Amino acid sequence: MVPLSYYLVLSAILFSLGVAGFIFKRNLVTLFMSVELMLNAVNLSFVALSYYFRQLDGQIFVFFVMVVAAAEAAVGLAIIISVFRNRQTLNVDEISRLKL
Amino acid sequence: MYEILFFVFAAAAVGFAINLLVQRHPIYSAISLIGVMASLASLYLMLGAEFIAAVQVIVYAGAIMVLFVFVIMLLNAGVEERTNRSRMAKQLGAPLVVLLLGLLTSLVYRNFPPDAAVRFGDFPGQTADIGRRLYIYYMLPFEVVSILILVAIVGAVVLAKKET
Amino acid sequence: MLNEYFSSVDLLVLKPAILLTLFAIGVLLTDLMLEPEQKYLNAVMALAGVGFAAYSLGPWPLGLQHQMGMAGADALEAFRGAVIVDSFGIYFMWLFLIAAALSILISIRYLEIEGEHRGEYYAIMLLATVGMMILAIGMDLITLFMGLELMVISIYILTGYLRRDRRSNEAALKYLLLGAFSSGILLYGMSLLYGLSGSTDLRIIASSISQRPAGDPLVLIAVITICGGLFFKIGAVPFHQWLPDAYEGAPHCVTAFMSVGPKAAAFALLIRMFLVPLASVRDVWLPLVIGVAIATMTIGNLAAITQSNVKRMLGYSAISHAGYMLLGIVSGNENGLKGIMIYLMVYAFMNLGAMAVIVAMRRKDIIGDEIDDFAGLVYKSPTAAVLMLIFLLSLAGIPPTAGFIGKYFIFLSLIETGHYGLAVVAVLYVAVSLYYYFQIVTSMFTREATDNVVPALSPGIRLALGVSLAMTLFIGLYPNPIIEVAGNTVASILR
Repeated sequence: MVPLSYYLVLSAILFSLGVAGFIFKRNLVTLFMSVELMLNAVNLSFVALSYYFRQLDGQIFVFFVMVVAAAEAAVGLAIIISVFRNRQTLNVDEISRLKL
Repeated sequence: MYEILFFVFAAAAVGFAINLLVQRHPIYSAISLIGVMASLASLYLMLGAEFIAAVQVIVYAGAIMVLFVFVIMLLNAGVEERTNRSRMAKQLGAPLVVLLLGLLTSLVYRNFPPDAAVRFGDFPGQTADIGRRLYIYYMLPFEVVSILILVAIVGAVVLAKKET
Repeated sequence: MLNEYFSSVDLLVLKPAILLTLFAIGVLLTDLMLEPEQKYLNAVMALAGVGFAAYSLGPWPLGLQHQMGMAGADALEAFRGAVIVDSFGIYFMWLFLIAAALSILISIRYLEIEGEHRGEYYAIMLLATVGMMILAIGMDLITLFMGLELMVISIYILTGYLRRDRRSNEAALKYLLLGAFSSGILLYGMSLLYGLSGSTDLRIIASSISQRPAGDPLVLIAVITICGGLFFKIGAVPFHQWLPDAYEGAPHCVTAFMSVGPKAAAFALLIRMFLVPLASVRDVWLPLVIGVAIATMTIGNLAAITQSNVKRMLGYSAISHAGYMLLGIVSGNENGLKGIMIYLMVYAFMNLGAMAVIVAMRRKDIIGDEIDDFAGLVYKSPTAAVLMLIFLLSLAGIPPTAGFIGKYFIFLSLIETGHYGLAVVAVLYVAVSLYYYFQIVTSMFTREATDNVVPALSPGIRLALGVSLAMTLFIGLYPNPIIEVAGNTVASILR
């Protein structure tokens, strides 16, 4: 019998780790993966809350988030490829315009 | 038993997520992220979300992460360099992240009802119910998904196509 | 059996979006059959799509507004409450169609010069418009989220559309990374809203939140994360860093489009979120919005002064305009919201007009977006110089141009609600904005021309400039019609 709040705390931890990755990592692809980690964390809270309310809206939201993540990854990786063609680097700091 | 399983998978998820941050080669980070996703899929199963668990493995860990690994291989990405700004980001960002972590976890932990416990196999929803609800109540977003995927396909081709 | 899934109202409400989608797919298909010199036909087809969508929306037979009038309905609910079409939604749909049409008109020649004239551009622009429409009428978190993502993902693609241009694809990368990050934060807020109410319907969330005890920390984090995501989308400080880069790096015609359409759509979402689910916790978000509005006006206006690139300057000025519009939400009364509505519509015309002049400055081998490129424009092309002057005056908010009307209502509402300090600050920043807009004006009127390359006013740009000019002056001189329409719109959302 695990309390629901354990799942939500796990989700908050993963979300914060995703934010940390977005701030600390310097490789473009890894930055993107950190965002995916954040989305996964949000998905976990949706599924846990869906269990708590005994209805399916949360799970359906997760389904849509996954589609959006897939579309974003396809477009994002295409943009990363075109930046790499022009720049030959994947380090954020070397891409001068990208003052994140 | 289920408590043990929960803690095993939760620890695995957090461990893999930390490994994602610590690894300096993107391919190791990608594999850690797949580990996070697989652990989360097991947690979804324990929450009674069989469909989401399956989709998590098939679409997320299967399709999206393969795309990431493919791009890492294609661009032959090497070990990430440490640059000056990243040290600055550490000094500014670290307290921020710790604050976020503490705030979110403590508030979420304290404010959701502690009596709500998760029992394995206790969730009434079935995959068929998801389908029915999706087509009756979420028809519009479902149609928007089709347009979104069209945009993503066209966009990826437009952006990554070689010069002719 | 089908009735269980669809009703005729669903189809009626969605007709403009369906038509735009069909035409977008049509553009993708016919593009394959066109010779390189016939590519302008893609634009014609896209414009036809916007035209049909406008027809299916308007107050004429078969149009949505007509049928709503016939049925005597103020608002139509469709898809089991997932969308609601009221005058608020219809006003925004018109705004998006206008923005799309004018942007398509100014794109034709620009894309020819860049050698990237392909049908995909127009198709993605139409599909982005579909996303914005759904954002304006959605009443459900999932619907809103999907509309938002359809819009922003399309804009990422358009921003990076010039593959060979470093500025373009780096701008797209920055926009996409920060955009995806902010979507993640917004989504966390949405999961908390779901956790507070057990539903994704905005109205049910509203009633659950109003029953929470005052000062509930969960509501507080939900408000903060939702605000963070929304402020990013409208480009408010401290989430504005992507905006000047994206505006500068994107192709000129995309800058024009994204500064108007997606911005208005983000405001539609923001107003909807603040006035429906978060209405009862106004005390929580009001200080946040006031602080952000002041910071946004300050940074937008002060950073604009030092810019030498006109597109970048307009980017910072777009940030400051977002700050003014947030003030309308601060006062939150009828005049304030009316001011935001009018402001967004007027901003569409004046900003697209100014961007159309910048697009005309783009000629072979000349990018034409530095202030120095505008030197002596009045000697080379008096028309372009005078038009630019009028649009800049309107952006600054000088009567009798349209820009004045939007600012007037927002300042009026601030005084009505007793925010005198804010009103004074806002008026002071109007003076600052005059200073940087006049850097362009002095460059055009007092400096010597450095070359004699005349701006290229293609038929499409002429038409777009004509419409923008007519509307900027018309709304400025005779504002009664738009005030009345905006009044109805506000009445429908405040109800």
